[in-house]
Amino acid sequence: MSDFQIKKSPTVYDAIIVGSGAGGGMAAYVLAHAGQKVLLLEAGQNFDPRLDSHQLKWPWESPRRGAGTVRPFGDFDASYGGWELEGEPYTQKNKSEFEWFRSRMLGGRTNHWGRISLRMGPDDFKPKDGLTDSWPITYADVKPFYDKVDRMIGIYGTVEGIESEPDGIFMKPPKPRLNELFIKKGAEKAGVKVIAGRGSVLTEALPNNNDRAPCFYCGQCGRSCKVYGDFSSSSCLVNPAIKTGNLTVITDAMVREVITDKDGSAKGVSYVNRKDLQEYQVNGKLVILGASACESARILLNSKSTSHPNGLANSSGVVGKYLHDSTGASVSGFLPQLMDRKRYNEDGLGSVHIYSPWWLDNKRLNFPRGYHIEYWGGMGMPAYGFGGGVAEMNGMVPGRDGKMKEAGGYGKSLKDDYRRFYGTGVGMAGRGTAIARESNYCEIDPNMVDKYGIPVLRFNYKWDKDEILQAKHMQETFLNIMKEMGAVVTSEIQGGDTNYGLLNPGKIIHEVGTIRMGDDPKKSALNKYCQAHDCKNLFVVDAGPFVQQGDKNATWTILALSMRTAEYILAQKKKQNI
Amino acid sequence: MNRRDSIKALGLTAISTAVILEACKQPENKTEAVATEETAKDAGREQWEVDRDKNLKAETFFTKHEMATITVLADIIIPKDDVSGSASDAKVPEFIEFIVKDIPEHKVPMRGGLKWLDVYCFNKFQKPFIEASAEQQISIVDEIAYPKKAKPEVRAGVTFFNRMRDLTASGFYTTEMGVKDIGYVGNAPNQWAGVPADVLKQYGMENVKV
Repeated sequence: MSDFQIKKSPTVYDAIIVGSGAGGGMAAYVLAHAGQKVLLLEAGQNFDPRLDSHQLKWPWESPRRGAGTVRPFGDFDASYGGWELEGEPYTQKNKSEFEWFRSRMLGGRTNHWGRISLRMGPDDFKPKDGLTDSWPITYADVKPFYDKVDRMIGIYGTVEGIESEPDGIFMKPPKPRLNELFIKKGAEKAGVKVIAGRGSVLTEALPNNNDRAPCFYCGQCGRSCKVYGDFSSSSCLVNPAIKTGNLTVITDAMVREVITDKDGSAKGVSYVNRKDLQEYQVNGKLVILGASACESARILLNSKSTSHPNGLANSSGVVGKYLHDSTGASVSGFLPQLMDRKRYNEDGLGSVHIYSPWWLDNKRLNFPRGYHIEYWGGMGMPAYGFGGGVAEMNGMVPGRDGKMKEAGGYGKSLKDDYRRFYGTGVGMAGRGTAIARESNYCEIDPNMVDKYGIPVLRFNYKWDKDEILQAKHMQETFLNIMKEMGAVVTSEIQGGDTNYGLLNPGKIIHEVGTIRMGDDPKKSALNKYCQAHDCKNLFVVDAGPFVQQGDKNATWTILALSMRTAEYILAQKKKQNI
Repeated sequence: MNRRDSIKALGLTAISTAVILEACKQPENKTEAVATEETAKDAGREQWEVDRDKNLKAETFFTKHEMATITVLADIIIPKDDVSGSASDAKVPEFIEFIVKDIPEHKVPMRGGLKWLDVYCFNKFQKPFIEASAEQQISIVDEIAYPKKAKPEVRAGVTFFNRMRDLTASGFYTTEMGVKDIGYVGNAPNQWAGVPADVLKQYGMENVKV
């Protein structure tokens, strides 16, 4: 007799949430605080920054000195995951090179993200150039939720009054570092505006919150914060929701599909436990997907039934389509003026101190939309790769005796060069709008399953000339800023043969748009509250519902939309509509 | 948690993570209870990472002769000076032994490069590199340490020495000795008040505001 069985729980939860990142965490927070009995399923293992963060560790505490061998952003980075996961493949179509980053842990990718927290603007929701579809909602619809997220989680920045870059309710921003002053001066000469950064790090005490302490400026947000000084879903949303007594969290629960009733409504979720490899089924009055844009699309496409033969919420056929990730390209080098600089602690905070919001008018450009610029540099903590460029750089500038040196070398003179060049590094990267296209999509690969037997995603994604010309503009702008600040460029000059350094789609980890919202059920999967047109008790709260991303990072919008959806759910429950 | 409490908590963390684990125990939370069972040492690591490190440390890649050659080269690249010790004082050869196993792309170029060095040295001085005199060793290093002026026929040696130089720097400046030498003074709770006034003045940045 086979011992294969599916363990079914008799409990019926008010809501089952799949995924504990920004979207799932926020939905859990709002619903649990309103007294709903919620079950949260997370595919990865438990993670609490207070216990599990590698904050304040020294490079020698890692045998690989912080190298990115097992974690793409370094050995201390707070991500259990990466672009490749053992036993969880994905495939490509038509020579696509989409790269899919997954964090398998409580809080998901919010544990390691850059904390850059930008609002989308009015034109991002309702584009005036007619190139992409409008969202079914406006900035005015989302603004109250952005405001609530600002107050609840905390964000620093400066009020600038730029229409396309809406201001929030800001704490004080961090002071700029020395290299950032050089950037400010150089960028302005190049005609590029530089303003204070906007990030979800507590630069002041968060009113009425005793769980989180203000930032103490170690600059290590990417490792996640032991005092909860920055936003991660685990520390700011899931843990407080657990404290209400209304939230049950099951980790290592890899969701297979959403189970539907004969009438087509969602009744639960089936999952495989990653540890014991047993099959489970749980029941809820509502199912809320927050597994990430691509993973939620995968779950929907794998949830086929007689009522939903095309996959759940997919009578329109749009699920998986309109996938888009931010564009990204960069330039780096060093500031010779900063050689032999004075040493002091300039760790600052771990998100951006400064940035450049998009500043140009597209009427004068050969590509649509735009990008913002993020900057870096300074006297950081040494890690694997330290000094890697010095042996080339030391031939570019005069030595202590004023004479040019032969590049390379060894010995006491080289050792002196490492000291002289330390802290001179500077660089910048663009993060831009990629156009949401029906032809860029993920779908189920009929030929492959992962190690849990779940059919995997296959990607079809191609950059268009809009994105390539945007990357070209980034390169020209960055080189101009570098020149104006007197920096020496050491990164390779990118041309048309490399699409001007435009990174592969998925590399910026802002992928969105696969379960788009809209007023027309024939052209969208969800209504304007992120509720499935085809299944009234199914919602999506990650970046799947995005119609078109601006150049702004997705997280703050995910949080605002998830809060809005959760409040809509509560209101609809009150009216007994769901 | 106020600032003083949190910084106190972090100070304790450095001494004993177990204390923090105890203080943060929340028995009503099922998932956190599991976390407290983890040993402090492996907190924040997936099991496969812990196993992988253990396996790598149990393996040996370089032979004794290769390690001796690496040690000589590393100390030529980073010798002791008035500020800090040498690469081998900072256990750079041991780091290189680990990192080539961790990042296997280093294995063939390192092994092959060391062999190239011995053969080149043998042809020139009839001795493997570590048995050559200090002057002979330096004469060979001078041929391969300056990529732009190196002769085409020692190109393979230049490529090897570039890698050896980078691994030595990575290994040295990520130790306590190296961090102190380079003057990184962060990684501690503090208040960031901006660029110090004397530094602003030095670079004429007093009036640059963001």
